[in-house]
Amino acid sequence: MKIKFQLNGQPVEAEAPIDETLLDFLRNRLRITSVKKGCDLGECGTCTVLLNGKPVRSCLLLAVQIDGEDVTTIEGLSKDDNLNPIQEAFVKEYGFQCGFCTPGMILTTKALLDKNPDPSIEDIKIAFEGNLCRCTGYDQIIESVLRAAKLIKR
Amino acid sequence: MEEEIRPLPKFDYFSPHSLHDLSTLLKQLKGGISFLAGGTDLLVNMKKRITIPKVIIDINRIQELSFIEKRSNNIHVGSVTRLNNLIESSIVQENVPLLTEAIRFLASHPIRNRATIGGNLCTASPAADAAPPLLALNASVKLKSPDDEKIVPLSEFFVGPRQTVRKHNEVLTEIIIPCEKGSNAFMKLGRRRGFSLSVVSVAAFGIIKGDKFEDIRIALGGVAPTPIRAYKIEEMLKGVEVSDRSIEKAAEIAKSISKPSKRAKRASVEYREAMARVLTKRVLMKIAFEERG
Repeated sequence: MKIKFQLNGQPVEAEAPIDETLLDFLRNRLRITSVKKGCDLGECGTCTVLLNGKPVRSCLLLAVQIDGEDVTTIEGLSKDDNLNPIQEAFVKEYGFQCGFCTPGMILTTKALLDKNPDPSIEDIKIAFEGNLCRCTGYDQIIESVLRAAKLIKR
Repeated sequence: MEEEIRPLPKFDYFSPHSLHDLSTLLKQLKGGISFLAGGTDLLVNMKKRITIPKVIIDINRIQELSFIEKRSNNIHVGSVTRLNNLIESSIVQENVPLLTEAIRFLASHPIRNRATIGGNLCTASPAADAAPPLLALNASVKLKSPDDEKIVPLSEFFVGPRQTVRKHNEVLTEIIIPCEKGSNAFMKLGRRRGFSLSVVSVAAFGIIKGDKFEDIRIALGGVAPTPIRAYKIEEMLKGVEVSDRSIEKAAEIAKSISKPSKRAKRASVEYREAMARVLTKRVLMKIAFEERG
């Protein structure tokens, strides 16, 4: 099925097989490999993308479902060579080690801060319920989100 | 035991834009249909080959199925309303806070951005978090087939694990929840708070007059093949004085009416029965405290 959608602000037209998840479509056809395949069951959060600004699981959507919609991946955050303040905050606070969960973590942060520019630690924990990190123990991630909130407010 | 995760099986795909188009489609199709709402259960079950639909009807583009409205003294919720939209809805918070409370910690935030209220009910997991509060609130569901429409009380909707009275050519279009003033309590027990399937959950709505239970409605999830209303407890408590003893007696009934499946994962029969008792007691205590201050 032919689909048209916005990917990181750019219009995209592509052929999407009906039985393909958005995750496989992004990785295998559009070569957006920042969207990771972790569990493929909606539990780990590494395949997070923003659908019309909200974090969702690309492994639990069919590619054909995004026809006419707006999708953001981590590639949509930085402009030219400049990191987005959220990315900067994750670098400064060591918000990652192996990096596998990081695109999902950063996109989840973006959705949270767009809606709630001044989140409490509790708000952050709720927003990150569905994003697993096996390296950091989460403390640095929470620090990164708090720092990102400060950077954006400046 | 770990099930193997595979790419999705082949299927035909339809995405009607209105209830009218859906009816036309349902008249033509014979069976093997799965409705795709949030997809958070369906796609997982397809990857595990638990469900292999011939046809998928994606109902996400039917705008008529996504709404939250108060009409006279009922809240009407379209079946494709996302759980996060329900949680954030002031209409729901003000009129049926028990529902907000129960789904606030269902699965995880990104799952709630897609998962729908209709999907949670139609999937009919014995431990579905939306079911106990809606049972306790006397909710009903509207089922629409190509040539008929009927309203079924939620208490008659579930018939077994992952089974409901909904026929293959019927779609759940809306949930109707009566608004009543009273106290609410919901408790769920999972392995942890975040992203946890409930082992046992209990929801109750109650009115206390003086020092007596005037009206209590209570429902349990995860303790039987379907979510259940505990009518026995309700009858026993009606007009009875609020006391440790009456609450303890109600909690014992919760344990005795629990008939969890031996095959259920996540917890044993004995543990579920024991927790039905504990959660029922806590939920009734909360209502007693709230009402008497």
